[in-house]
Amino acid sequence: MWLINSSVGRKVVMSITGASLVLFLLFHASMNLVAIISEEGYNMICEFLGANWYALVATAGLAGLVVVHILYAFILTVQNYRARGSQRYAVSAGQKDVSWASKNMLVLGVIVVLGIGLHLFNFWYKMQFAEILHMSGVADVDIAKATDGVYWIKETFANPIYVVLYLVWLAAIWFHLTHGVWSAMHSLGLNNGIWMKRIKTISCIVSTLVVLMFASVVVYYFAMSLCA
Amino acid sequence: MEKSINIKLRVWRQAGPKAKGGFETYELKNISTDSSFLEMLDVLNEQLISERKEPIHFDHDCREGICGMCSLYINGHPHGPDSAITTCQLHMRKFKDGETITVEPWRSNAFPVIKDLTVNRNAYDQIIQAGGFVSVNTGGVPDANAIPIPKKDADEAMDAASCIGCGACAAACKNGSAMLFVAAKVSQLALLPQGRVEAAARAKAMVAKMDELGFGNCTNTGACAAECPKSVSLANIARLNREFICAKIKD
Repeated sequence: MWLINSSVGRKVVMSITGASLVLFLLFHASMNLVAIISEEGYNMICEFLGANWYALVATAGLAGLVVVHILYAFILTVQNYRARGSQRYAVSAGQKDVSWASKNMLVLGVIVVLGIGLHLFNFWYKMQFAEILHMSGVADVDIAKATDGVYWIKETFANPIYVVLYLVWLAAIWFHLTHGVWSAMHSLGLNNGIWMKRIKTISCIVSTLVVLMFASVVVYYFAMSLCA
Repeated sequence: MEKSINIKLRVWRQAGPKAKGGFETYELKNISTDSSFLEMLDVLNEQLISERKEPIHFDHDCREGICGMCSLYINGHPHGPDSAITTCQLHMRKFKDGETITVEPWRSNAFPVIKDLTVNRNAYDQIIQAGGFVSVNTGGVPDANAIPIPKKDADEAMDAASCIGCGACAAACKNGSAMLFVAAKVSQLALLPQGRVEAAARAKAMVAKMDELGFGNCTNTGACAAECPKSVSLANIARLNREFICAKIKD
């Protein structure tokens, strides 16, 4: 199977899973913006995407994408480390055209995964997961606030430590995406001499847009908690 | 304007492929800034021979930047700190008086060290043998202009064909990937009608050979194109990906 056995195939898997996750981020971030515009509207979305069958199927699919992306990232990194040979360079200088993010995708990815862990604990565990537990008959689960997303946003971002952690996480996502988006297109062959600058610009715009949308909710609710 | 500098060279010495290597430091006085980097190494080797020591082994041939034989990883850059040139075209005026210059061989699993600074780059020849050619039956020579080719395609093919196969791309890559080399060799033929006939088989065969020889997976950092002595463009890698993916989907 060429998606496993060939280097280009493995990069195709990274590209497709990565690009799908970027689409998910755009979807997720635009829903978060609703929390600034209308609290009721946001809670309606939370209800809509609670433990309903379509939301559960999508969540499972998303988890699959994340697992494949991470699994391949580690396989590729180990293979690439070996390909460089056991004797490393004593002196290694950077190049002007080579972005820092492109050389540190794994490190950035690890920060992103840690952030996802924290985020799942802060929100998913208390919302969709609580509903799942409740539906499977676990008695002592309180689902009164399971679809009250705004409550959990206020609760989380009133804490300055969480605000800082989330902003660091978002910064790592920004760096990861600035390389990831254009690199995915390049790996899929969707590039040439003319489009090189364009897709790098697209990459910057997409990653900035995603991160700004997420960060605005964090900052907005932190500011609200200070005013309250 | 003749000027000379004194330098210290930190050179990787390794007696053989299996031997353990290490850095040796040599002092060189009155090196003309007009001399090339390889001429400076010649001076050092003369000095070593007169001291009855083993000279430093390094690859070189044409010394005019077209054969792709010279290598050397100088101060953290393949072919030295200057851009778009090979080591033989690098001049000592690029270095400061009293500077310590570190010289290492290409480091890649697929390019094992033979001795000192020379590495075995046979892997690139094997990739070419796997598909980097067009099959032509013998017979009368066809007219060069019988098949019209757009100027843009001809230029792009020529730019890809400027690759001299020196190995700087794999040496510069943090993943030890040979993608820029393979991409250039696939592109120079894929862009022309004569090469289209075998394009799909070529892309598959050359990528398979590259993977088999232990080169890494490309992550598009762009270090290869930045260090390439012939400025082969990173866009060629997208073309290789395209050729390869289309060939696999058709199968």
